[in-house]
Amino acid sequence: MTFESPHIRVKDLNVHIGDHHILKNICLDIPDKKITSFIGPSGCGKTTLLKTFNRLLDRDKEVRVSGEVLLDGEDIYGRQVEVTSMRRKMGLLSQRPFPLPMSIYDNIAYGPRIHGTRKKKELNQSVEYHLRATGLWEEVKDRLNSPATSLSIGQQQRLCLARGLAVEPEIILGDEPTSALDPLSTQRIEELFLQLKDKYTIVLVTHILRQARRVSDYIVFIYMGEIVEFGPTEELLLNPKEKLTREYVKGYIS
Amino acid sequence: MVLATTIIVGSLVMILWTITVRGIRSLNWDMVSKVPEGGFYIGKGGGLLNAIIGSVYITMGATLLGLLISIPVVLYINIYARKDSWLATVARFTFDVSFGIPSIVYGAFGFTIMVYFGLRASLLAGIITVTLVIIPILARAMDEVIRRTPGELSDATYSLGATRWETSKVFLRQSLPGIMTAILLSSGRAIGDAASVLFTAGYTDSIPASLGQPAATLPLAIFFQLSSPIQEVQDRAYAAALILTVIVLIISLGSKYFSKKLSKNKI
Repeated sequence: MTFESPHIRVKDLNVHIGDHHILKNICLDIPDKKITSFIGPSGCGKTTLLKTFNRLLDRDKEVRVSGEVLLDGEDIYGRQVEVTSMRRKMGLLSQRPFPLPMSIYDNIAYGPRIHGTRKKKELNQSVEYHLRATGLWEEVKDRLNSPATSLSIGQQQRLCLARGLAVEPEIILGDEPTSALDPLSTQRIEELFLQLKDKYTIVLVTHILRQARRVSDYIVFIYMGEIVEFGPTEELLLNPKEKLTREYVKGYIS
Repeated sequence: MVLATTIIVGSLVMILWTITVRGIRSLNWDMVSKVPEGGFYIGKGGGLLNAIIGSVYITMGATLLGLLISIPVVLYINIYARKDSWLATVARFTFDVSFGIPSIVYGAFGFTIMVYFGLRASLLAGIITVTLVIIPILARAMDEVIRRTPGELSDATYSLGATRWETSKVFLRQSLPGIMTAILLSSGRAIGDAASVLFTAGYTDSIPASLGQPAATLPLAIFFQLSSPIQEVQDRAYAAALILTVIVLIISLGSKYFSKKLSKNKI
């Protein structure tokens, strides 16, 4: 599937880690302001693919990346690309929430601060706005100076989302962001994603088929480092074209 | 196992018992508030303030200098260098090797350098030599803590667009309790080490007024007095040992308290 002006376009992407060929000839368009889910059995390369989008992967010498990842038409692996400002456009939500070792307030203010916001008033506004956006404000407004680890794990994950949003990214990358959470917190994160897709392009790695079905507009099925099928959610889940997809969806392979 | 534990605890108790019983006899206020008077080493009046101050100066100086050098090294090998960087591997190997070198070797090395530059035994030379002794301790302990910090922390800061320097600062904050432990370990070693200061810091009866003057230290005060044939001077050696132990105890309890407080506020 291709789109006319995708937010991210992946062209002939190959990733090797040591001797292992992790991703093979990936070509993929991620549509703008939609939720696209990567599904597939564990070890299929879906998280690796996600991490090539903000270049968290190629910090290791063992990792070799070839091909192109175009963000609004510009190759993020190009020579002139400034990695820090590119990464800023992508918020990352990891499997386990990992608050920074500071207060709730400072966690949100961290991003704006390192990008040069110094005025107390602007920081206050940003913190309140993004805590409201993730539904945390009412829960934490009286203890903004408490350590962020005093929050429950579900709250921590929403804090991490708010922290990512505070640097005003264009894309949210979710790496199985609900895998450590209880059902209620999972539901809140999913609801947040549905609200946020008006403004952001969201890419979600998940191994829960029902979650992919609940939230995503498009699904990419990855198997052994290759894209097997890519299509609109309902179509891919109910009417898979490929035999492998059908077997995965029915639960024969996992 | 119970036997082994008993032996360890028992020997600590016995050490404390011996130095307390023998040291308490000559431990008085003069001991910690006065410098030696003439004839101190044959049993006349005065105290060990020179050695106490000298030891504290050397320990503080060496710990500060050691941190100034080892923090950048540890940040470099953990955050700036790639995981499989040969320089990081060499650095870690160097820590391990230099950790095992006996401090008398550092003392001899410091002495050679001193002679080469035409320096006298001085506070500065002592601080530099002790710094060399404790850098491997500091660096290894901090490296261990920072290396054990989960990768999610750097994933989080990098994806917010943080530079490696900004990421380093977050890592230091995260590892603060571990760094406190490293400081405790190294300052305990620094204050108790006799061999490295033997040639380099010298010994004197006055309190050093500048970095260029020689400085007395507690371990050497113990060493010199214990080799005296006079009973009273020998007892003073135990008093010095008692003072040294109390200082180490204060450092240890203080830093435990600190790191507990820090880890409460932290994260």
